[in-house]
Formats: sequence, C-alpha cells, structure tokens
Amino acid sequence: MALPLHASPLERVWYYTFRGICAAIFAFLIGPIFVILPLSFNAEPYFTFTPEMLSFDPAGYSLRWYEDFWTDINWRLAVKNSIIIAVASTLLSTSLGTLAALGLSQSNMPFRSSMMALLISPMIVPLIISAAGMYFFYSRIGLASTHLGVILAHAALGTPFVVITVTATLVGFDRSLIRAAHNLGANATTTFFKVIVPLILPGVISGALFAFITSFDEVVVVLFVGSVEQRTIPWAMFSGIREQISPTILAVATLLVLLSVMLLTTLELLRRRSERLRGMSPG
Amino acid sequence: MATIAPATEGLTTADGVSLKVSLARANARSRRRALLLVLPLLAFLTVTFVLPILDMLYRGIENSVVPETFTRTTAVIGQWDPDTAELPPESIYEAMVGDLKEAYASKSLGSAARRLNYDLPGVSSLFRKSGRRANRIEEGPYKDALLKIDKAWGEPAIWRLLHRESGAYTASYFLAAVDMRYDEQGDVAPQPEYRQIYLRLFGRTLMLSVVITVLCLLLGYPVAYLLATLPLRTSNLLMVMVLLPFWTSLLVRTTSWIALLQTQGVINDLLVLVGIVSDDGRLQMMHNQVGTIVAMTHILLPFMILPLYSVMKTIPPSYMRAARSLGANPLTAFVRVYLPNTVAGIGAGSILVFILAIGYYITPALVGGQSGTLISNFIADHISTTLNWGLAAALGVLLLGIVLALYFLYDKIVGIDNMKLG
Repeated sequence: MALPLHASPLERVWYYTFRGICAAIFAFLIGPIFVILPLSFNAEPYFTFTPEMLSFDPAGYSLRWYEDFWTDINWRLAVKNSIIIAVASTLLSTSLGTLAALGLSQSNMPFRSSMMALLISPMIVPLIISAAGMYFFYSRIGLASTHLGVILAHAALGTPFVVITVTATLVGFDRSLIRAAHNLGANATTTFFKVIVPLILPGVISGALFAFITSFDEVVVVLFVGSVEQRTIPWAMFSGIREQISPTILAVATLLVLLSVMLLTTLELLRRRSERLRGMSPG
Repeated sequence: MATIAPATEGLTTADGVSLKVSLARANARSRRRALLLVLPLLAFLTVTFVLPILDMLYRGIENSVVPETFTRTTAVIGQWDPDTAELPPESIYEAMVGDLKEAYASKSLGSAARRLNYDLPGVSSLFRKSGRRANRIEEGPYKDALLKIDKAWGEPAIWRLLHRESGAYTASYFLAAVDMRYDEQGDVAPQPEYRQIYLRLFGRTLMLSVVITVLCLLLGYPVAYLLATLPLRTSNLLMVMVLLPFWTSLLVRTTSWIALLQTQGVINDLLVLVGIVSDDGRLQMMHNQVGTIVAMTHILLPFMILPLYSVMKTIPPSYMRAARSLGANPLTAFVRVYLPNTVAGIGAGSILVFILAIGYYITPALVGGQSGTLISNFIADHISTTLNWGLAAALGVLLLGIVLALYFLYDKIVGIDNMKLG
C-alpha cells in the first residue's frame, strides 16, 4: 500500500493520518501488556510507577516480587497444579480430537456438519454456562473438587481447538499417499504412524498448544469445579486480585507473557514448516 | 435358454461378488470406520460436557424438594380447590402437621422452606417457626393448632403456593428469570417494580456487548486493512502485535488494565503529572462500565481482526484500482467496492466477538464494579453466594439460548468448517 507518486495532497494527508490511526490502535493492543513488565520490578508494593522508577533510580527497582513468587508455598502449589492439569488435559484432548478429526475428514462421514457443530460447541458455549453445568453434574458423580474433574473439564474445552486445527491440516492432505502406502505393503498401523502422523504433525502440535493454553489460562471452570486443592495459576491470580492486591501478581503476569511469546514463536515455526511441507511458499 | 444380463450385473470382483454389492460393502465399511474414529470423542464430550448442560437445563425446572419434604400434604392437597376463598379441610392441615414434624426431625425443612421462599418471600420463617413448634401438637383439631402458631396459616396464598408447587417440576425459576411471578391468585404477572432486575440485566449485557462489538469493528477494520495490504514481510511482523495479546493470558491482560485504569494507576498518574486533572479529581475509570468496555474491547479485538484479515487477504488490489480508473473517488471506491467485499468478514468477526462478549465473566467481575457486571456475574453469584441454583440454571439456559441462536447464524453465514485459528 505504498503511496503512489501521483497522489494528491489530500491523499497524502489521509495516507499519513491512516498510518497514525493504525499506530495508535497497535499501541492500544500491545501497550497494556508491556506496561506491566517494568511495574513488576517495582520496589514498592504499588501497581503504578513510583517517582524513583521514573527517574531510573536503581533503588526504585527490585526483584522482591519474583522472590516472593518463588518462595511462596501457595504459588508453588498453583504452578504444580497448573502444569499437571494442563499436561494431562492436553494429552487427553489431543488424542481424542486427532482421532475425531481423522474420522470427520473422510469423504463419506455421515451427519458430518451436525457432528462438527456438536464437537465445536464447547468453544462456543459461554464458559460460565459450561462451568455451572459441570459444577452441578460433577457434584452428582463425585468429580467436583478433584484433579480428575478439572482435567476432564479442561480436556472437553480443549478438544474443539484440536479438531479445528487437525481438520484444517487434513484439507490439504493427499489421500493417494495412503493408497500408495497400502500398495507398497504397509498395514493400517504402519501407514498411520509412518505416513499420516508425520504429515499432520504440525496441525496436531498447534492444536495441542491451543489445548494447553486453554487449560493453562482457564479460570472460570476451575473456580467452580475445583477447590483450593486444585488452585491453578489463574485461580491464584483471580483470588489475589480480588482479595489482597500485591505486585507478585505482576511478576507472575510477566512470566506468563514470556511463556506466550515462546508459544507464539513455536506456532510460527510450525506454520512455516507445514507450508514448506505442502509446497507453499514460506510466508 | 441363454439370457444376457445387463453389463453392470455381470461385472464381479475376483471372489465372485457383484461389483455393486462389493462397492456398497466397502463404502459401509469406511463409513463405519469414520464413525468409529469420532465415537470416542463423542462419548467423552457427552459425559463431560453435554450431560452437564442437560443437567443445568433440568435444574431450572426441578422441584423435587417440595414433594419429597411435604409427602403427605402434596398427596392430599389436590382435594382442595385453590380457586375458592375457603381454607383447606382439616385433613390437609393434619397432613401438614405430620410433614412439619418429620421434616423438622430429619432437618430437611430448611431447604424446602428456602425453596418456597423464592416464590413467596417470608414463608421461610413461617415454616421454620412452625416446624420448631409442631412437635408440641399432639392431637387435633390441627387447623386451630397451626393457626395458633401463626395466623399466616389462615391465608389461602400459602396453600395456593403449596398446591401449585406440589409437582416434581416448576416453572417459577424461569418466570423469575424473566421478571415474572405468580400473583396472589396464582396467575402469571410481572414482578413488582423494585424486583425487576433480570430483564434489565439482559438488556445491559446485550447493550454492552453491542458497544464492545462496534468498538472492536471500528478499531479492527483499519488494522486488518493495513495488515492485508502491506507487503507480506512487514505485515507478518505487525501481525505479531495482534497475536501476542491473543496468546497472552486473559488474567494478565485484565491485570494490566487494573494497573492502568485504577484511581492510583498509571493513566491517572500520567494525567496528574501533565496537569490535565488535579490530584483530587482523579478519574474513576474502573469498577464501572468504562472499565468493562475498555478492557473487554482490548481482549476481544484480536477475534475481530483475524477473520477480517483473512477475508481482506482474498480481495485482489486490482478491484480498487479498477474502480478508481473508472472515475470513482477514493471514498466511493471504498464504500461501493471494498466494503461490500468484506461483509463476510465483518459478519464473522462481529458474531464471534458478540458471542464471546455476552458470556464474559472474569473481566467484568474484576474491573466492572456494580454497573459494569453482566448476566454471567449474576449466574455465578446465584451459584456460589445466594445458592439459588434453580434461578442460576434458568438464567443460564436463557443465555445459552441467545448464544446458540447466534451460533446457528454464524454457521449459516460463515460455516463452522471455515473457522480458522491463529
């Protein structure tokens, strides 16, 4: 969208105004996330910049909130729970979701679209409704306030992401490769692991990442289905903000931003690999 | 006598089966295999997700606590005609005394009393009081004995309530969810003015969701346009600024907005420093609707930009050039050519943002205060604080109905198959 040489003055003004507007919107998008990074190094227990911080006085900065996070037994429990629950629910939702996506992308799948609508619905139904229903039902069958209950609930919320990403990968999948494998003497299992899996792996991994972050970031369902025993990082942040607001939350938030940068990088690398494999030009 | 079979029937596979039959079998086999692959997930979601939703639906109409606690009374109350002005006969009073004694002894009276109190405020204390004293009633006449405990037993309204709610199901939670109730005569009527909160709340939720959706569209459209028209290398870099918030924890983003918006927060400090507002006149931007709107617009903006971007990416730049060379000025070219081509993206993004906004809970709970809370916050409140699960379920079902209608619309406009992520 370069400015053409023959642009009129009015067009020039609009061109730069438009760029200015977009820059402001980008600042709105990214600014709030970066504001908390310096704030987490605050030496005082405030949620804002102190005069010492603004004058770049080293005394205004400290690592005390990171230390606080690292030594607090409650935060440690939260980290442990978050990892256990996220990993277990990711494994569950990725395996079930990948199998279902393989079935859904077969040409003669009966009731394809209504099945898809049902499988995607955990993503659409508002979390508070899923959480309320799960709380009611899991209390009946003894799953409330257990790790297993939270894991199952999170796995249900994560499956739509796996189904969507793997189905998208399978759209470009060349079915004759399966026939070729059979023709060359491979049985169904060998074909699956040696031909299908390597080709759909980028889709499976990005689906798994979505499922992981869904669980790792989820708070409404944990609040209802879980109890203090199942406190995860978002759970602790939520109750922390509500009860006693401490910059330790900002330190945790900064660490979570780092985690999402890592996830984003992984996804981008996967996307490029997938495009290369399918013979598209790298974006 | 030789007959010549039609060519298709004559064709057989190596083991002698007709080709048609063999093909049908192979198709059935692969259909079965496809179903088998989907089956585990279907079964899993049925147990972990669909049954919970159905359970919530059921809780919205379930009323078993009344007939279970007042077994004797609900069995005989049908003999009394609620439309008369007369009080029920002695036999019903006797049944009630029996039920009160038993329920008080088994400590089940409290939950039944609380349940009936939702319909007729004040009856809870009547039941508790009568339960405590019913043990002293040794023999009849039971009607006089109950009337001696409390004169309220002489009011037909209580007996009408019991008559109406004696079944295993009730409509009163759903009526309450739309600000209706049964009046003294047992007819459906609007709640008194001061108790009408839910319709207004639904209205506020819809209104805030519309405002947030429109803001997301206004902010997202220029950015999506810029991303779609810039050279790929630059736009990929800028895309990171859209994707990073998308991937960042919801609570992190809400926390940032708290740090920015609160009265002792970054924005207010900045305004005081520059001298736009005085130290006493700090702006109240949190714990009200402003907080909810700003924070949720920020959180949902990527969900608008991504679908818009993927649609704009498919519009060839030659369309605009053609419009211009045919004499349209830039504005006309945009309105008549570019905008109509992006309608699908606008629809997809708007419905997605609206669906997400209407059910939001966490962000309004933290930055919304009183005026910025949504229907979800009331549902959560009824589950964990007031313990009125029936009303929570009824409100939830209504919200679910709105969302499913929009989901259906989304499916018709965009198609669920075309949903893309990241």
